[in-house]
Amino acid sequence: MIGLLSYLVFFATVATILAIAVLGLNLQWGNTGLFNGGVAAFFGAGAYGTLILGGTPQAGHLGGFAMPYPLALLGGMAVAAALAWGVGRLTLKLRHDYLAIATFGVAVAFENVMRNAEWLSGGAKGLRGFERPLQEGIGSGLAYNALYLAFVASLLLLTYLFLERLVSSPFGRLLRAIREDEEAARSLGKNPAKVRLTAFVTGSVIMGMAGGLYATFYAFVSPQDVLPILTFQIWAMLIVGGAGNNRGAILGAFLMWGAWTASGWALSRHAPVEAQIYAGSIQYVLIGSVIVGMLLWRPQGLFPERLVVSQSGGATRPAPAK
Amino acid sequence: MIQHLVDGVLVGAIYALGAIGLTMVMHMLRFANFSHAELLSVGAYAALVFEKLFSALAPPLAAKIGPLSMSLALALAVLVSMAITAATAVLIDKLVFKRIRERGEELSMVFASFGVALIVRNVIGLVFGLGTTLYSREIPFAMVLSLDPLILVRPDQIFTLSAALLLMVILHLVLSRTTFGYSLRAVAENPALAQIAGVNLRRIVIAVWVIGGGLAAAAGVFYGLTNQITPMIGRDLLMPVFAATIVGGIGSIYGAAAGGFLVGLAANLALVILPSGYSPSVPFLIILLVLSFRPSGIFASERA
Amino acid sequence: MADPALSIRAVTAGYLRDLPILFDVDLVAEAGKITTIIGPNGAGKSTLIKAIAGLVPVTSGTVRHGGTDITGLRPDRMAAHGIAYVPQTDNIFRSLTIRENLDLALRRAGLRRDAIRARLLAQFPALQAKLGDKAGSLSGGQRQFLALANALATEPRTILMDEPSAGLSPRAAEEVLEMARGLTETGVTILLVEQNVTQALRLSDHCYILAEGRNQIDGKAADLLGDPVVAEIYLGGKRLRVGA
Repeated sequence: MIGLLSYLVFFATVATILAIAVLGLNLQWGNTGLFNGGVAAFFGAGAYGTLILGGTPQAGHLGGFAMPYPLALLGGMAVAAALAWGVGRLTLKLRHDYLAIATFGVAVAFENVMRNAEWLSGGAKGLRGFERPLQEGIGSGLAYNALYLAFVASLLLLTYLFLERLVSSPFGRLLRAIREDEEAARSLGKNPAKVRLTAFVTGSVIMGMAGGLYATFYAFVSPQDVLPILTFQIWAMLIVGGAGNNRGAILGAFLMWGAWTASGWALSRHAPVEAQIYAGSIQYVLIGSVIVGMLLWRPQGLFPERLVVSQSGGATRPAPAK
Repeated sequence: MIQHLVDGVLVGAIYALGAIGLTMVMHMLRFANFSHAELLSVGAYAALVFEKLFSALAPPLAAKIGPLSMSLALALAVLVSMAITAATAVLIDKLVFKRIRERGEELSMVFASFGVALIVRNVIGLVFGLGTTLYSREIPFAMVLSLDPLILVRPDQIFTLSAALLLMVILHLVLSRTTFGYSLRAVAENPALAQIAGVNLRRIVIAVWVIGGGLAAAAGVFYGLTNQITPMIGRDLLMPVFAATIVGGIGSIYGAAAGGFLVGLAANLALVILPSGYSPSVPFLIILLVLSFRPSGIFASERA
Repeated sequence: MADPALSIRAVTAGYLRDLPILFDVDLVAEAGKITTIIGPNGAGKSTLIKAIAGLVPVTSGTVRHGGTDITGLRPDRMAAHGIAYVPQTDNIFRSLTIRENLDLALRRAGLRRDAIRARLLAQFPALQAKLGDKAGSLSGGQRQFLALANALATEPRTILMDEPSAGLSPRAAEEVLEMARGLTETGVTILLVEQNVTQALRLSDHCYILAEGRNQIDGKAADLLGDPVVAEIYLGGKRLRVGA
């Protein structure tokens, strides 16, 4: 019973952290129409940033600044912000798909550098030597994990509330205006490139926070945690939940993470031993199929946006039933 | 240093073949196709299957051609593979991209192409195994072009380079000498006017996929011949091929060809100063440089 | 009265299904004649010609050409039905040479390609000297000539022209319109949209006036030229008869 409970806590913690990243992506894609093909890089920037800033001193590589935890997490988010700012400034003025290519490239390069730059990131064996906050007082058992779950859940809630407020604010309306008709927004004296950059950086900071929380949870991060598949998982979660809809995004994260872990578990249990090395391939095909299938047959997601979207002809579309 | 240059040109030819198809798709169908590089894998494995088949059906075909590690069977298999890969590209378009395109969602196509790439890459892995394969187990002798400095070139590399250049010349002749080529260029410039001029856009879209798929298949086989065949060919060549299209300027076929060689050279020369572990990052650095200084591509002409 | 080459009956059309731009428009273009569509800005003149050419969806009504129903035919099939359409702008392939432009238009001409090309070049001598140049290097008037030559290459029975004189110098405009006049002598039917009313009326045989997407008046060009009502439409821009 305790075993099941601790597994549930573990599962919910990871799903909650990923849900935060999905919310960040939703701001970029769902609300602003920006294609971020490198979620893993911004997630990873937050993860590595947090561990390097908050970790204990290590021989052989940078880091171990042992900063207080909140500062370390904020620092990780700042690293993600800097990365997003650099990429966004170069590409957001250009054709839409340059951003997709550049961000995908950032993720490839980020993983590659983390794997090779031992002085910075510990290389392929990853980054250890991080004291989880308040660990000494609470211990490392179920109680700590449950508390940590409560912590990440409250951050998820805060992020959700922040984004809901942002989206209904004048800035949120501006995002939608730019997404629907950039020329019109420009003629109103708004600078679409600047607004997009703000949304892109904000979304990436949220992903960075998710990455920081993820690395805190495991007190470890390695290049394996920032592979491109993470980007695709986050994307699948968003499209399943319905782009543009924050509640849907959270539901999508839990649903897809459930499906991912369940399929992994089923494969490890039922697939013959010699086929075990192909379990990953099967899961990747599943993720790819979810993405393609949703786009073909249910592009609005399972939990579509409930807002009435104005159409170009002025006609309104009734809210789709669940 | 000179060895790096030589290697750069050789691998550049492969990037160029991939980039030509990608730039056509990106320009005409207006989306960055992240599954394009998977067509190289499809081509490499299709050729592997047919090489084995032809060798089994007619054992004399299994004989090596001259100093190459390539057999007659493989030479034939390349042609079959180009057709199969072209058909695969058309089929993927019909099943996925066309439907999304008809709803008018360009960025959703970019997104779908990630999904398609994941599916294709991992299905290949499931069917053919995750390990590496070679067309021929024999290790061909390298020719020593110079002893000091030591420069080695394998006959396969020379063949690959010449075959790639030949394909590019054929494409050039088609584009500049045939009315089919004019229609392709007309659609690239102004699809609406091309349609008024009687060009069937659907047929041109199919032609773009056929050319892209055929060239990708050749690139995949050439890569397999000079390196090794793995299901990860697509993943590993994706960024270099994208870099080549961006260097050349999206939509420019000649730019993509030149971009391929440039990226091949730059990536190999970068290894003079960078440890080889960093080579996957080099195409991204090239993209960043181009986007910073000449976002429309190094070879961009006066075209808007 | 000659057979109508092109007849449009009760055509309602627009880019979006719920948002028609044309309402029940009727029009007849007689064979070997120049028929002109005029009207104030936003009257739907270009939309009408595009709807005939298959570029704007027709939601109801019919378009018949020489007895065949061509309503809603794909634009790339129009040439096969003897119809050529010359858009107002961007009507040549700038990145192709003059010769490539012509050969593209001639690609279904088969063995007659060289003969037709020679004839077109005799008709438009200005193009002859620039065959190998990119079409983008041509002047405005020369571009219209090339666009017209491209249209003629398919040997159409009917040519639809959208404001062929727009943006041209008065002399070049005159030349282009003279050329159109000359074509009708070979039996070609021409339907054109013009914004220059007096020029259009002087040039054409029959004239239709559209306003707000509906037919207003039509008649012999010579009669309309002196009609005070015509002047009123242009001066006041106001609607005269709705849904006539």
